[in-house]
Amino acid sequence: MNLTLKVWRQSSPNATGRIETYEAKNIPSEASFLEMLDIVNEGIIESGGDPIHFDHDCREGICGACSLAINGVPHSKESGITTCQVHMRKFREGDTIWIEPFRARAFPVIKDLIVDRSAFDRIIAAGGFIDVRTGSAPEANAIPIGKEDADTSFDAATCIGCGACVAACKNASAMLFVGAKAAHLNILPQGHTEKDHRVLAMVRQMDAEGFGNCTNQYECEAVCPKEISADVISKLNRDYAAAAVREAVAD
Amino acid sequence: MASNATSKPSQNGSLNSAVPEGPLPEKWTRYKAKAKLINPANKRKFSVIVVGSGLAGGAAAATLSELGYQVKCFCYQDSPRRAHSIAAQGGINGAKNYQNDGDSVWRLFYDTIKGGDFRSREANVHRLAEISLQIIDQCVAQGVPFAREYGGALANRSFGGAQVSRTFYARGQTGQQLLLGCYQALEKEIAKGGVKMYTRTEMLDLVVVDGHAKGIVVRDLVTGEITSHAADAVILATGGYGNVFFLSTNAMGCNVTAALRANKRGAYMANPCFTQIHPTCIPVSGDYQSKLTLMSESLRNDGRIWVPKSKEDAAKIRNGELKATDIPEDARDYFLERKYPSFGNLAPRDISSRSAKEACDEGRGVAKTGLGVYLDFSDAIKRLGKDTIKARYGNLFQMYEKISGEDPYELPMKIYPAVHYTMGGLWVDYNLMSNVPGLHVLGEANFSDHGANRLGASALMQGLADGYFVIPATLPSYLAGQKPGSVKTDAPEFKQVEAEVKERINQLMSVKGTKSVDSFHRELGMLVWDKCGMARTEAGLKEALAKIPKIREDFWKNVRVPGTAESTNMELEKAWRVADFIDFAEIMCHDALAREESCGGHFREEYQFTNEDEDVKNGYTNPGEAKRRDEEFAYVSAWEFKGPGVPPVLHKEPLEYEAVELSVRSYK
Repeated sequence: MNLTLKVWRQSSPNATGRIETYEAKNIPSEASFLEMLDIVNEGIIESGGDPIHFDHDCREGICGACSLAINGVPHSKESGITTCQVHMRKFREGDTIWIEPFRARAFPVIKDLIVDRSAFDRIIAAGGFIDVRTGSAPEANAIPIGKEDADTSFDAATCIGCGACVAACKNASAMLFVGAKAAHLNILPQGHTEKDHRVLAMVRQMDAEGFGNCTNQYECEAVCPKEISADVISKLNRDYAAAAVREAVAD
Repeated sequence: MASNATSKPSQNGSLNSAVPEGPLPEKWTRYKAKAKLINPANKRKFSVIVVGSGLAGGAAAATLSELGYQVKCFCYQDSPRRAHSIAAQGGINGAKNYQNDGDSVWRLFYDTIKGGDFRSREANVHRLAEISLQIIDQCVAQGVPFAREYGGALANRSFGGAQVSRTFYARGQTGQQLLLGCYQALEKEIAKGGVKMYTRTEMLDLVVVDGHAKGIVVRDLVTGEITSHAADAVILATGGYGNVFFLSTNAMGCNVTAALRANKRGAYMANPCFTQIHPTCIPVSGDYQSKLTLMSESLRNDGRIWVPKSKEDAAKIRNGELKATDIPEDARDYFLERKYPSFGNLAPRDISSRSAKEACDEGRGVAKTGLGVYLDFSDAIKRLGKDTIKARYGNLFQMYEKISGEDPYELPMKIYPAVHYTMGGLWVDYNLMSNVPGLHVLGEANFSDHGANRLGASALMQGLADGYFVIPATLPSYLAGQKPGSVKTDAPEFKQVEAEVKERINQLMSVKGTKSVDSFHRELGMLVWDKCGMARTEAGLKEALAKIPKIREDFWKNVRVPGTAESTNMELEKAWRVADFIDFAEIMCHDALAREESCGGHFREEYQFTNEDEDVKNGYTNPGEAKRRDEEFAYVSAWEFKGPGVPPVLHKEPLEYEAVELSVRSYK
């Protein structure tokens, strides 16, 4: 296949970025999208240029590193996959493909298509955990958990922290990410004790990082590679409201 | 041998494993009862460096911080949550015996020793089986959403190489869920100030001061800045070296740099030739390919592996004249069921992989390249219904379809073995300390628990055992003899190593050749896959050892690293790693050549059972199976670096089995 790429290039965080054009020639249709970029990069290196930088690691859709907006959509138009799971057979001969980083104020560009998503780590650090010291755990089967709760919790827990939800949102809201972690832990009996603190701390950290507000457009749900339901946002809103009331009353 | 002894090579060149006294099932209990402790007020004076944030590193960093140590943790990824442990699919073993099917700590211990083909250290493996119970408790308490029964109890499944159901799992994402538990514990400690986290930071060398590991030199992958970090002890939890083969199921960034640099600074590299080829991966489709994708071994619970009986049918499938479903039942060879009737499709990984290779070598492979066998779910779908199969493996089937473009509910999957895990690694004693005092090595980066072959669902168990439970108990035996904060980064040793690192980067940048880093990696990978992969011979290994220095010479003359060293430069990162893989490949081939036997993942064609052997005549094993030579080779090989271009020197740790009798591994 022969394609034309329009790629965001930005040499450093404070440099001015621009779109550059590259011809991708003789790309096997079995190649993955990132393998296509590997081939293009090999050509750039051979001709003495600086290759296109992008984040990637496991290349099987689970580490959450890859983060390209392809033709304006984070990851892919196809539902339920990450950038690294996009295959070239989904494109047509002669296509022009626009490739940009995940854009959000809270995700500053580091270089080209690489962005800084450490805000997500700080949100988890604020409350996205169950505080159990190693060694102090009770016997694993001591607390039965109904299959339905376990499955619902799991559905939320599959978040890979890629940030597509933020990139897809016109307000760059992180509510799907935060809601997913809160739902994963709040649904489980182990996570009940710290539930209020968890949602208050995570939401406050989210706001401090500069993520925007949720206006219920569900773009986040549409692009989530793990197809996490926007229900987690409603649950987060309920849990947050209850926690905020309890906090106010306790004050 | 006394417990807590500092391990140093003894005078006769053998290694002191520091295994505690006492009967095997009591060693760990006795060790803990007698181990040195550091009082809480002193713990905060000690600092510890942890390199790597996967299950082993993340668990160690979080737990040591909980105990009060000052921890610095480093990872090359942009977040500790992305360490490659995340990609493990199948599950984690725990000898809970919740299924009442006869499991026990002893049975898990024995299965692991036998699965490893009697080349692992007995005392370490028993400890691992004991700790497996606590790990499950800990993970559940953290909120890891393991699969459950309708009554609310934890579910289990059986997994490759086991006849009991002891594997806990979280759909096909067990590694992800365990790592997130670990990552959340780590972030909690980061927030409390106990761990200082350095992301996008790669360790490029180890600093040894007066014979003790006291720090590391790192590169900031965003700014390119080189800095030193000092601590009272250094822990490497940097994973395996599967990417030496270029194509593997490892993440693109997985590398051997930390372990190889430690080897060059004096730590011994143990059993590097023990590499695991996983039987169920999606076959290679072209030379542009960057990595291979694993399909979880759990698929073997319901999938049946076969190739056509005749070469002619296989050839017709390859050129598109026939489909799998056109081959009648009696023309199919379910080769694992035929050769290993009691284990069938669940035979251990090394055996399953080699059987697939044999079938393909005979011309009966079914992928376009000739390298592929079928994994067929049609019987299971008939028996259990599509919905049940979808509930069990839905996400895996979906993943397969995304990559291959074929629907596995209609046509059998095509699979082929690929490099997946490496059992070898830096040599450690019972305390998980290397022969360089102060340098501790956890998880896949060490060598001790899996012998010559790792059983399914044991890697996650070992990573977490080392990080959550072993190192917190064993580290004090080293630290107790140290004065906290005694070495700082202004020591001349740090300046020296920093200068060497900068010089090497400078060399890489100044070659300005014409060939890409990947082209060298691909060339090296093809060579070691061919000569030191699933089957090895003396001649092939000697050929590889003759060719590797030529690749190295070519690399340092002709590699092209664009850009500058003082900025984000992924080609420079790769170049450093590939240069280290080239050096490492040599040690691996030396080890494979010196080990004149076949065991587990190490198959030397010269050493296999034939029709002349008693064990074959009496039907205990088959011709062509791996033949161990216990009298000569029941030892750990530990390689000492002797200088660039000089062959490494072999040290041996004899493997003494107290509780287990070495036997021919039969899965018939």
